[in-house]
Amino acid sequence: MGLTRTSVGIETITEIKNISKTNNQKIVALIGNPNVGKSSIFNTLTGMHQHTGNWPGKTVKIAIGSRKYNNTEYVFVDLPGCYSLSPNSPEEIVSRDFIYTQKSDVTVVVCDATSLERNLNLVLQIKEITDNVIVCLNLMDEAHKKKIHIDINKLSKLLRCPVIGTVAHKKEKVLRLIEVIESYVKEPDDDFEPLITYPEHIEKILSTLMSEQETKKSKSRADFLQALTINSINLPLEEHNLILDDISKTISEKAHIISKECVHKYSKNNDADLKIDKILTGKIFGFASMLLLLFFIFWITISGANYPSNLLSSLFTSLEEPLYSFLKHIKIPVIVCEMLVYGVYHILTWIVSVMLPPMAIFFPLFTLLEDVGYLPRIAFNLDKCFKNCSACGKQALTMCMGFGCNSAGVVGCRIINSPRERLIAILTNSFVPCNGRFPAIIALITMFFVSGTGTFLQNFMSALYLSLFILLGISATLFASKLLSKTFLKGIPSTFTLELPPYRKPQISKIIVHSIFDRTLFVLYRAIIIAAPAGLLIWLLANIQINNLAILSYISAFFDPIGKMMGLDGIIITAFILGFPANEIVLPLIIMMYLQNGILYDISNLSDIRNILITNGWTNVTAINTIIFMLFHWPCSTTCLTIRSETKSWKWTLLSIALPSLFGVLLCIAINIIF
Amino acid sequence: MTTRTLDELSIGSRSIIVGIKANAPTKRRLQDLGFIKGAFVESLFRSPLGDPTAYKIKGTTIALRHEEANKILIE
Repeated sequence: MGLTRTSVGIETITEIKNISKTNNQKIVALIGNPNVGKSSIFNTLTGMHQHTGNWPGKTVKIAIGSRKYNNTEYVFVDLPGCYSLSPNSPEEIVSRDFIYTQKSDVTVVVCDATSLERNLNLVLQIKEITDNVIVCLNLMDEAHKKKIHIDINKLSKLLRCPVIGTVAHKKEKVLRLIEVIESYVKEPDDDFEPLITYPEHIEKILSTLMSEQETKKSKSRADFLQALTINSINLPLEEHNLILDDISKTISEKAHIISKECVHKYSKNNDADLKIDKILTGKIFGFASMLLLLFFIFWITISGANYPSNLLSSLFTSLEEPLYSFLKHIKIPVIVCEMLVYGVYHILTWIVSVMLPPMAIFFPLFTLLEDVGYLPRIAFNLDKCFKNCSACGKQALTMCMGFGCNSAGVVGCRIINSPRERLIAILTNSFVPCNGRFPAIIALITMFFVSGTGTFLQNFMSALYLSLFILLGISATLFASKLLSKTFLKGIPSTFTLELPPYRKPQISKIIVHSIFDRTLFVLYRAIIIAAPAGLLIWLLANIQINNLAILSYISAFFDPIGKMMGLDGIIITAFILGFPANEIVLPLIIMMYLQNGILYDISNLSDIRNILITNGWTNVTAINTIIFMLFHWPCSTTCLTIRSETKSWKWTLLSIALPSLFGVLLCIAINIIF
Repeated sequence: MTTRTLDELSIGSRSIIVGIKANAPTKRRLQDLGFIKGAFVESLFRSPLGDPTAYKIKGTTIALRHEEANKILIE
């Protein structure tokens, strides 16, 4: 989850066609049901940091990574989870196509040892296409806890392929997988003996097809079976459906027989999960626990960010003078010194001290919830609300991802099967604030509504107000979804199935290390490449004069009428426009522009900033409307590009920009008129 | 024994699936998740708003809306 190098696609290669193979490379595909730990195994194998989470549909893109072992480079391909090879959603099609085109030397089917029977369905389907299969029984620790014993040798014999038990975060067990892969890689054999015998009428079709083939290049049973499954032989729809039914029935029966022979369960269900679920999804506590968790996370974020924020900002302020004198000392012209210190340095340090601490705290906390397995329960609780808006409950999941990063949330919408509901989820994703917008909202709340941070009560009130604004964002998401399904995207809700994974103990140390380092470095990187030039630009705009007036004044005067109508001003609007590449810089830009207009202030804490804002005409209404516009305006450029690539349409991208912007503008105007 | 649909199964009780009456894609989707003829199914808990409901099937917990559950026939 979240805006990271991975979520914006810097590290992940998404196109299958990009996989090219050299001589001593072997391609290993990782496939399996959703949420069985493929990505965790992938990370352990490759040493990469694909984000993982305890909910089905976490991986929606293909990720590629490699590892050298005994002079061979193993290229691992982490495929999105799927329940079967007859796909239902875009992310499952990716997996099926990869398996069908047989691009891999070995296919590792990762299975959940606690629910082997269902997982075996996929194993058997894949075994029908390729013989080079290794079964990896993951989550052996959970199976052990649930007193489930699996006879691995017998399973291997019945499936006629290697079977290995693993625990995803135990490195040595996962690495044994490479040894097995090494000893097992073999030339593909098209005429492998099938595991499954289908009902007579299907076998008859298959043998007819095989005897009919005239081309020299002989096709295998697997090819014909595949042709039969995707109906490239043009059977009537009705007949084809019956055949598919019989095929899947035969496979399920086989899976049932095999699991009966290999799986022994020594105790009844572990009911602890059920007890927790009855509380967290109960009539009384279902919604209360969601609200409390939301509030609690914000409260920790606000209280925790306070100290490092103050520390960083006083550190940076104390460094400002020495830096300026140093630059002057090494004979850099005064104008450039000012440009660097009051333009670039100001904005960079601002972002680091005010924006970074809340992000660095919020993100791991949210990842923690994700790891435990709570997010699907939110979708479960909220499904009916989304259904009433003719949308899909899984939109609650993508909305939650949006709290981390809207771009990641938009990509995550691939878990929604119906194209109509998927579009709704994509178009409304930016109605909830991402991690880049939280800190600015927190800062404004702290400055204007609780007058400071630090005391228990102040932090408590800040968290409370923030929760209310987030609830406003969630309500707006529902409202916009309903609006879309009544206008541009008419339709009725489609089918909904959602797996609720067992609660798992989160790997706290891993979360902290990954999220802080991955994120901190990434946010700093983004701050430098986007905020530095923006700071420079503003300094130039404020200092280059035409007819004795700074260019900045012309620009802000241009936006002033619309700004005033919304209870804001031209500078705030200008900042939002310049903040298009990254929402993190909007508030720092506002402050900077005010500073350029007047005398220089010393900004070492929030109350100084509050004074600057008030001197520039801010009232409580300005603050509320800025927060509202922060919640509802155009998505950032990264998100827009992601929406374009996910919808393949500029029309929908434009709508995704227009919808929240219009909403924000109208709401601000309404508030301005009322107050 | 009379047939009912899965949505009629009260919370905490168990039954056996005897068939699925749905269009082909939905039926296959449900089968992929483990809702196949002969399988044991248990109704676990409901969403605070009354729908969807979570069911235990083949060792996993799957949530279905009323509309899907009433397509699954049980004993």
